[in-house]
Amino acid sequence: MTTVLSVQGLQVAIGKGAHAANVLRGVSLDLQPGEVRGLVGESGAGKSMLGRAVLGLLPANAAITAGTITFAGRDLLAVPERERRGLLGRHIALIPQDPMTSLNPVKRVGHQIALLLRHHLALSKRDARERAAELLTGVAIREPRRVLDLYPHEISGGMRQRVLIAMAFACDPALVIADEPTTALDVTVQRQVLQLVERLRQRHGSAVLFITHDLGVVAKLCRTMTVLHAGRVLEEGETAEVLARPRHPYTRALLAATPRADRPAEALRPVPPALIESLWSEAFRLDRLAVAGRP
Amino acid sequence: MVDLALAAPVAPQARWIAALKRGGARLWLGAALVGVLALVALLAPLIAPHHPLEQDLMSAQLPPAWVTGGEAAYWLGTDSLGRCVLSRLIYSARTAVAVALIAASLAAAIGIALGLIAGSFGGWVDQAISRLIDVWMAFPPVLLSIVLAAVIGAGLTSVIAAIVVVDWTRFARVVRAETMVQLKRDYAAAARVIGLSRGGLLRLEILPNLVPLVVTLLSVEMGIAILVEVILSFVGISVAGDVPTWGGMIAEGRQIVYQAPWIMALPIGCIIASVIGFNLLGDGLRIVLDPVQRQ
Repeated sequence: MTTVLSVQGLQVAIGKGAHAANVLRGVSLDLQPGEVRGLVGESGAGKSMLGRAVLGLLPANAAITAGTITFAGRDLLAVPERERRGLLGRHIALIPQDPMTSLNPVKRVGHQIALLLRHHLALSKRDARERAAELLTGVAIREPRRVLDLYPHEISGGMRQRVLIAMAFACDPALVIADEPTTALDVTVQRQVLQLVERLRQRHGSAVLFITHDLGVVAKLCRTMTVLHAGRVLEEGETAEVLARPRHPYTRALLAATPRADRPAEALRPVPPALIESLWSEAFRLDRLAVAGRP
Repeated sequence: MVDLALAAPVAPQARWIAALKRGGARLWLGAALVGVLALVALLAPLIAPHHPLEQDLMSAQLPPAWVTGGEAAYWLGTDSLGRCVLSRLIYSARTAVAVALIAASLAAAIGIALGLIAGSFGGWVDQAISRLIDVWMAFPPVLLSIVLAAVIGAGLTSVIAAIVVVDWTRFARVVRAETMVQLKRDYAAAARVIGLSRGGLLRLEILPNLVPLVVTLLSVEMGIAILVEVILSFVGISVAGDVPTWGGMIAEGRQIVYQAPWIMALPIGCIIASVIGFNLLGDGLRIVLDPVQRQ
């Protein structure tokens, strides 16, 4: 069984020269086929940056300074642009964070799904529409044909996220990166969307990198998890194992900060500097840069 | 799994009707003015009571028919050479409409292409195009047109060329800025993740979002093109001298404005009505074409 995604020693820096700040500092991560990996960490830990680096969507001022990203044996950082475009959407898909803004506002839902299908599977216009309707049925959207003719602003947020999920799984991808797919939805819809992702994942056998800060979601959906902090992997392993016996103090603090019904949540406690050497100096430097960087 | 209710059940026809209603009085008034102008230009030989060059020196400077001394044969009177003012106004509309349509469309095509390139490539490409636009816009536009038309020589083609060469910047600047804004939106990132190339992204995702903007600019530009043509023919470097134009009529009427003010007033009225018509139509269309109602 070949590893689907292998990230080795990935470093991403924002800015150039003396002002460069490392947002990822040597992250390594392996995903086996069908594996669902939770990627957790507080805001600014670099979770989304990792996902964006894999998808080739880093912001213009960020650059990969070291490390490799390998997808199914192919070095994603070295493949020609054309080949990479063939992989994206087809073998590597994204479920974006904000369903409200991730669909093109002036194009009908059906056109957007059909575009993806025609781009990768070379379907005819009619076949693409048929397939798009099936895909919508697959994500439990009733009257799919009618929805195909609607504009994104005419359907609810939960439905838009279903459309995006349907698109992500449309071409049987080997890897799906879910970038906090439920944060923008309200709680009642969240659960349905998560169930949907789980169902489609099982059906297509895709590996999923689930970026989230919700440990409850990780506990429910992900077999393995990785804890990221300030651009570095602190702990990884089987979800049950990590949650039951966190080895790193930061993971423990993260768990303690999770709100629960049976006890009041604690504020996320900072981890003593001695335990994560150089991490705080780096984080501090980042803060100062953010201030000093402004004219 | 529970299905989610549609936010707004809309039938396709109902959507069009709603869109046209949204356009309101501006749309209808604009469409009516532009429609009349286009029809008059198209049907000039059929509706003009006289040939525009037919002289009748015995009945020179006749006032409009309803004023004392007017003749029923010359409904809007005659000019100093005894030519029918109404017929000349009607034939002048042909030049105006031809210039408005062709010049504005060409300027739009060039401006949109360069704007998209500058906005999407960024870097030195953007710098080069942006500086070119800055330098271009530093010239007084009408003066530049006059110089160009004088250099190229008289004729419809040179008038159109003069307008296109001057006015493409108007489109390029706005399209460049809007392209940059749209590319930063989530849907553009989502489109890149499905593997679209830069060209595909611009054509299939970005351009549809620019339509309301471009339509507004285009109709405003048509009004401007009419004005520039009027100015060029007023100073006598537009089309050949025997082709009637509103600008030429104003120039002739100016000399006898105290004896026969209608000769100058009537073409001015036509110009005002056409420019207002184009502006209103553009305003109305922008609202109609925008599927996301901005209220």
